[in-house]
Amino acid sequence: MPLDPANSTQLREPGGSRKPLPPWASTAALLVPTYGWLTLAVFLPLCTMFAFSFLTATPMGKAPIVFTFKQYRAFIDQPYLLGVAWQSLLMGFWTTFFCAVLGFFAALALVRATEGKVRETLLILVLLPFWTNGLVRVFSWTMVLREGGFLDYAIHSVWPGAGSVGFLYTRQAVVVGLVHGYLPYMILTCYIALVTIDNTIVEAASSLGARWWTILWKILLPMAAPGLISGSVLIFVPVIGSFMEPRILGGRVGVTMGTVIEDQFTQAFNWPLGAALSFTMLAVVLGIFATFSGVLRRGTAL
Amino acid sequence: MKIAARFYIAAILAFLYLPILVMMAMGFNESPLYELPFSFSTRWYQALAGNAPLVNSGINSIWIAVATSIIATVLGTMASVALSRRTFRGKTLLQLMLLPPIAIPWLITGTAMLVFFFYSGIGRGLHALLIGHVALAIPYVVLVVGTGFQTVRADLEEAAMSLGSTPVHAFFSITLPLLYPSILGAALFAFAVSLDQFVISYFLATPGFSTLPVQIYSAIRKGFTPEINAISTILLVGSMAVIVIFALFAKPGGVSDKR
Repeated sequence: MPLDPANSTQLREPGGSRKPLPPWASTAALLVPTYGWLTLAVFLPLCTMFAFSFLTATPMGKAPIVFTFKQYRAFIDQPYLLGVAWQSLLMGFWTTFFCAVLGFFAALALVRATEGKVRETLLILVLLPFWTNGLVRVFSWTMVLREGGFLDYAIHSVWPGAGSVGFLYTRQAVVVGLVHGYLPYMILTCYIALVTIDNTIVEAASSLGARWWTILWKILLPMAAPGLISGSVLIFVPVIGSFMEPRILGGRVGVTMGTVIEDQFTQAFNWPLGAALSFTMLAVVLGIFATFSGVLRRGTAL
Repeated sequence: MKIAARFYIAAILAFLYLPILVMMAMGFNESPLYELPFSFSTRWYQALAGNAPLVNSGINSIWIAVATSIIATVLGTMASVALSRRTFRGKTLLQLMLLPPIAIPWLITGTAMLVFFFYSGIGRGLHALLIGHVALAIPYVVLVVGTGFQTVRADLEEAAMSLGSTPVHAFFSITLPLLYPSILGAALFAFAVSLDQFVISYFLATPGFSTLPVQIYSAIRKGFTPEINAISTILLVGSMAVIVIFALFAKPGGVSDKR
């Protein structure tokens, strides 16, 4: 980096006439814009919504504002919500499970069967779709899974008499779309954990007669555990809050906590209930983060 | 074993890419009902040109992404300077405050913005979308630039100042040029975050002003047409291009195993 000598003549000019700011003032000046913006856009809204969750109804016009805890009783008052919550948790569980199984072995295959430039290219190829529009990727699955879609076409070209196997608008379709969306996450976190394992440990184990499943259970899986756990948390949390995937791939059966909350804000106009459900979900999310915070910190420190 | 592993990786890549490729191909298929066999046509791309709402929302998306990228990069870099180079009380708290925009499900952040903006008079539309997008992008900028700071030695700046440079001048003439790749990477990252953002935009858009993902979503809910495939293909290729450029400038964490 060449330093322009002509530039250095101007250095003293501004400093001479003005007193330099005290360090705390310049630090504050650097931080205020960012944190002011975050306060306006994230923290004040979250506080407002928290306050909202204790109202009886969306404040409109001159109607008096009444505080209540009844929104948080929604799960008792409207038992169907319990079923919806259960479905959302199941959706989160199955998505995380399939991502963990598929992602762990994909990371393992990358670490043990590829190297150098090839590995780097494959890893970028795995991660690339993750940074493209999630909505578009979900839409892509409707092309594959619909009746008469690509899946049917592929099967019929092999076995012309087969019936339709298209399963768009089912819960399975939602899970397939979500696994597709979040799998790269798990591959990355598992890869980061596995790539640090010293190859000589595995070689030592196998030269001492350990079978591959012993190596898998006793060495690889325990050492990849931080990656598996942080990947699982990073997948489970957004999945239970998803609403676009269930709407597009699940159709009428795709009712989840996410879609119920969205409905309160866009259709039913019951903002206090939506806020209470959001904060219930947020409590679950924070609980998960708190439980795994140690693992997450180690997982992201890399 | 190795051959099986390679087959497995190929299968995973097929799972990740096949649906996207099918979707792209269908945008070039003549039939409005996605009927096969395939017959090549660009009619859906031609139809796009006449679809004013989609074209306008696409232009909106690009402008918001550009503005988000600039604002978030400037603010985030400033904060990153303080967080990386200064010592002060409450720093850990400030670092933790960057997490909610990333970690809280967007559905919750988005609806909270809707509630607050509605009652505070900020309302919805262009400015509301911009406020939301910048807030989501800032934490990523701080993280990416902060990682860049770890590779720039602090004593270079101190040396300049002991030689009579002002702190501001030392920063602009020494640290900033060295940080340049990280900052450019962060700007592209912020651009991509904004361009792909759907959930927040969905709650803050108005019928008159929306972004491309929001328009695509409402089009999908109305019914599938190959025009959606065409515009989706354009969006996908565009954001992939941004990410590839980003990868060339700043290696995203964990991708390279050289560390």
